[in-house]
Amino acid sequence: MNVTIVDYQSGNISSVINSFKEVAKGKVNIEVTSDIKKIKSSDKIVLPGQGSFKSCVDSLNKINGLKDTLNKFAITDKKPLLGICVGLQMFADVGYEEAETKGLGWISGKVSKINNQSGKFKLPHIGWNEIEIQKESKIFKDIKNKSHMYFVHSYEFIPNDKSVISATTDYSSKIVCSVERDNLFGTQFHPEKSDKVGLKIIDNFIKL
Amino acid sequence: MLKNRIIPCLDVKNGRVVKGINFVELKDAGDPVEQAKIYSDGGADEICFLDITASNENRETIIDIVRKTAKECFVPLTVGGGVRTIQNITDLLLAGADKVSINTAAVKDVSFVKEASKKFGSQCIVVAIDAKKISDNKWEVFTHGGRNKTGIDAVEFAKQVETNGAGEILLTSMDRDGTKSGYDVELLKVITDKTNIPVIASGGVGTLDHFYDGIVKGGASAVLAASIFHYGEYKIKEAKEYLNSKNVSVRL
Repeated sequence: MNVTIVDYQSGNISSVINSFKEVAKGKVNIEVTSDIKKIKSSDKIVLPGQGSFKSCVDSLNKINGLKDTLNKFAITDKKPLLGICVGLQMFADVGYEEAETKGLGWISGKVSKINNQSGKFKLPHIGWNEIEIQKESKIFKDIKNKSHMYFVHSYEFIPNDKSVISATTDYSSKIVCSVERDNLFGTQFHPEKSDKVGLKIIDNFIKL
Repeated sequence: MLKNRIIPCLDVKNGRVVKGINFVELKDAGDPVEQAKIYSDGGADEICFLDITASNENRETIIDIVRKTAKECFVPLTVGGGVRTIQNITDLLLAGADKVSINTAAVKDVSFVKEASKKFGSQCIVVAIDAKKISDNKWEVFTHGGRNKTGIDAVEFAKQVETNGAGEILLTSMDRDGTKSGYDVELLKVITDKTNIPVIASGGVGTLDHFYDGIVKGGASAVLAASIFHYGEYKIKEAKEYLNSKNVSVRL
């Protein structure tokens, strides 16, 4: 099996690579590439993302044919795809970080700044927070409710259809921190930085 | 609920840990990779490396340490010391650091913070501020490990780095560093009140109460310590259990 981590110059993806390689332990091939051909032929895709919504979308659009390839993989062919952090946020129709920017439009909704309640909540939301599981998700197999995950973000994904939400976390309000719809998976937190429990989520995704 | 973080810091000089841990299970007391792994297995919420190597020629050494640690530890890794250029940051992030901490370069030119956070995102830019009390309710920024005065007001500077895109502030009291007499809670309080980004308290921890004071009285989002953990006086787990018993939320 081939799992491809899409390298589209979206910031630091070393930790994502390290964690997937650790979990795969050589049994599953982990490819890190922006090569369209390789992405097309892979079984699963990981879409990481750091920095702003706009900078990630811009970087994605810079690679000729990448957006169409991802669309076909995730929407037409319905193959498993995991978005992490801004990688998840880009599932939305639109994001408002830096400037209004069109997302991939896979899961209808928007990405807006977390309401810090006039400074009551520090932003970015950095650190370990508990997840509250909202529905059964394949990537949460053997993950206990209220497990701690590592977060670093100032913006949140607000999907229109609440049934896609698989977990929320409490920071200023109930923030959507994980979604699942058919073959699409996304986490706002960083499983690659969430210690053993995070590696378990990665393992669950690889084993899908 | 967001948990308060406990961050052990390892001072690294020429590739070796200074003030190494005295844990019996250690094979090599000076090996930063092995020590980081022990901390991460012991429940550290993040690991911090501070490269105190004096020369520039040794950048490759810290990068190699980061590369090895990142393959073993799956909690966030922050690296500071001698970060002066965009290339320095790129090298550390590619090696597997999750955040870099900028000190002197930020004081010299705060626009470097802006440039770095624009390029890499605020989430990985920490600005380390070393502050010394100069009079009642006044603190000055120092550089070069507390040797050089800058004339810059610490509170003003903290606000400035926030405006320039820093994701976090690592605030060290030069008066307290190494004294084991506790964080400078007044300094923490004024900076956490005047900024809206997370502040990591540093400098002065000698007992577990000091963590409590830093978080509850100082308003810090995270507490950093070096020697209290290095010398095996307390394990990270003990610090967390103590805080938990005093109703401070931590990741257990």
